[in-house]
Amino acid sequence: MRIGVLALQGGVREHLAHLRRLAIDAREVRTVSELEGLQGLIVPGGESTAIGRLLTAGDWVEPLRAFARDHAVWGTCAGMILMAREVSGGRPLLALLDIAVERNAFGRQIESFEEPLSVAEIEDGLEAPFPGVFIRAPRITAVGEGVHILARLADGTPVAARQGRLLTTAFHPELTPDLRFHAFFADLVRRRRP
Amino acid sequence: METRPVRTPKRSGSFTVKAGLARMLQGGVILDVVSTEQARIAEEAGAVAVMALERVPADIRAQGGVARMADPRRIREIMEAVSIPVMAKCRIGHFAEAQILEAIGVDYVDESEVLTPADESRHVDKHAFGVPFVCGCRDLGEALRRIAEGAAMIRTKGEAGTGDIVEAVRHARTVIEEIRALEALSEAELEATAAQMRVPPELVRQTRELGRLPVVNFAAGGIATPADAALMMQLGLDGVFVGSGIFKSADPARRAQAIVLAVAHFNDPRRLAEVSTGLGEAMSGVSAGSLGPAERLAARGR
Repeated sequence: MRIGVLALQGGVREHLAHLRRLAIDAREVRTVSELEGLQGLIVPGGESTAIGRLLTAGDWVEPLRAFARDHAVWGTCAGMILMAREVSGGRPLLALLDIAVERNAFGRQIESFEEPLSVAEIEDGLEAPFPGVFIRAPRITAVGEGVHILARLADGTPVAARQGRLLTTAFHPELTPDLRFHAFFADLVRRRRP
Repeated sequence: METRPVRTPKRSGSFTVKAGLARMLQGGVILDVVSTEQARIAEEAGAVAVMALERVPADIRAQGGVARMADPRRIREIMEAVSIPVMAKCRIGHFAEAQILEAIGVDYVDESEVLTPADESRHVDKHAFGVPFVCGCRDLGEALRRIAEGAAMIRTKGEAGTGDIVEAVRHARTVIEEIRALEALSEAELEATAAQMRVPPELVRQTRELGRLPVVNFAAGGIATPADAALMMQLGLDGVFVGSGIFKSADPARRAQAIVLAVAHFNDPRRLAEVSTGLGEAMSGVSAGSLGPAERLAARGR
């Protein structure tokens, strides 16, 4: 199985390292033609405005939309903003997922935080909570039909969602030693989940 | 889908979130700005963050005098003008300036040799802060000392305000070569090296295992062109700071955008040729080799 990580800007190295620890063939994707031969794609965290500019400048929008129609795609943090159909105070770009999001929803960096999350779909027998790392993170403010909320903060804020084989997290599993979210995405790529 | 909220208090200011923000800046360009207008140009060009300043390093060089933290009003205005992270500089060892910057709510503090140092023997104890710090280095020992003090991001010092890349290249290569040299050390030699660098052996061991610094490492100090930025990325750095190079050039918006594209496509000479074309005059600059010892900012803070 080959999974790509969009490598225009952001936390690319960390996703590649996690995928490789799961013995997955992980590739940097720097050009549109490198989407070919991939079974799944991760849109990493970074600055959504910066990645957005580079996507527009490189004519990525249509090819990425086409890719997402029959492949699994996972957006973390900035990736969530780029995938959302509605962005408060901003323009949606890829509009792949039927969710509305708010950028920097928890405030500035000083408000960035860690909080353990209960994620039903990824829990192993031990049911250990997943370490949520939130960095200038967005939050989901509304979801359409067919979108499942996978995780919420203790205060009820939704921070992870799935619509078919499209996955999104406001937090950064790639910044933790925990591989369960990457394994879960690999399952989506293999179509093991409906 | 079933979700059971966990009643655990959230925790902010951990090293994971401090170093994590720097990880999200990788492959990006951070631009020095002195006004809200410049900050908007930077954001529009695709910068991942801005450094809010009173004067860019080239002007600090030209005008002389004591260079201090910027006026909080200037920093706040820039924070309100853009949605990308805003960094600001404090003087080396000036923990009160750092406290003020944290209170304002800046996203990163640069404890910078570009400002006039406040303490000749100590840097700020960066573990004591919730806001993350970036610090400059010329070699591995300096980088690891700053990380041991709590820095969550490292950059080369280069020679700020010159538009001359030679010192940034020297500092980047020195760090790379010194990390490579760690591989050959026995355990006893590693401990001796750590003692010589005045850092915990564990930090040296971790660096050897990773084959790179344990935090993100950006290029800074003398980057003026898309080719300079691509050079530093090809040397293995994680992103670039551009100071005087943008707003001291003929067409800042175009040059900023060109450098952003050059960092994203640093390995593609054809793209680099395209983005380097017709940018107008770069900053005129001053050769770092022509500076006297007192004019060398990189020598401040060890």
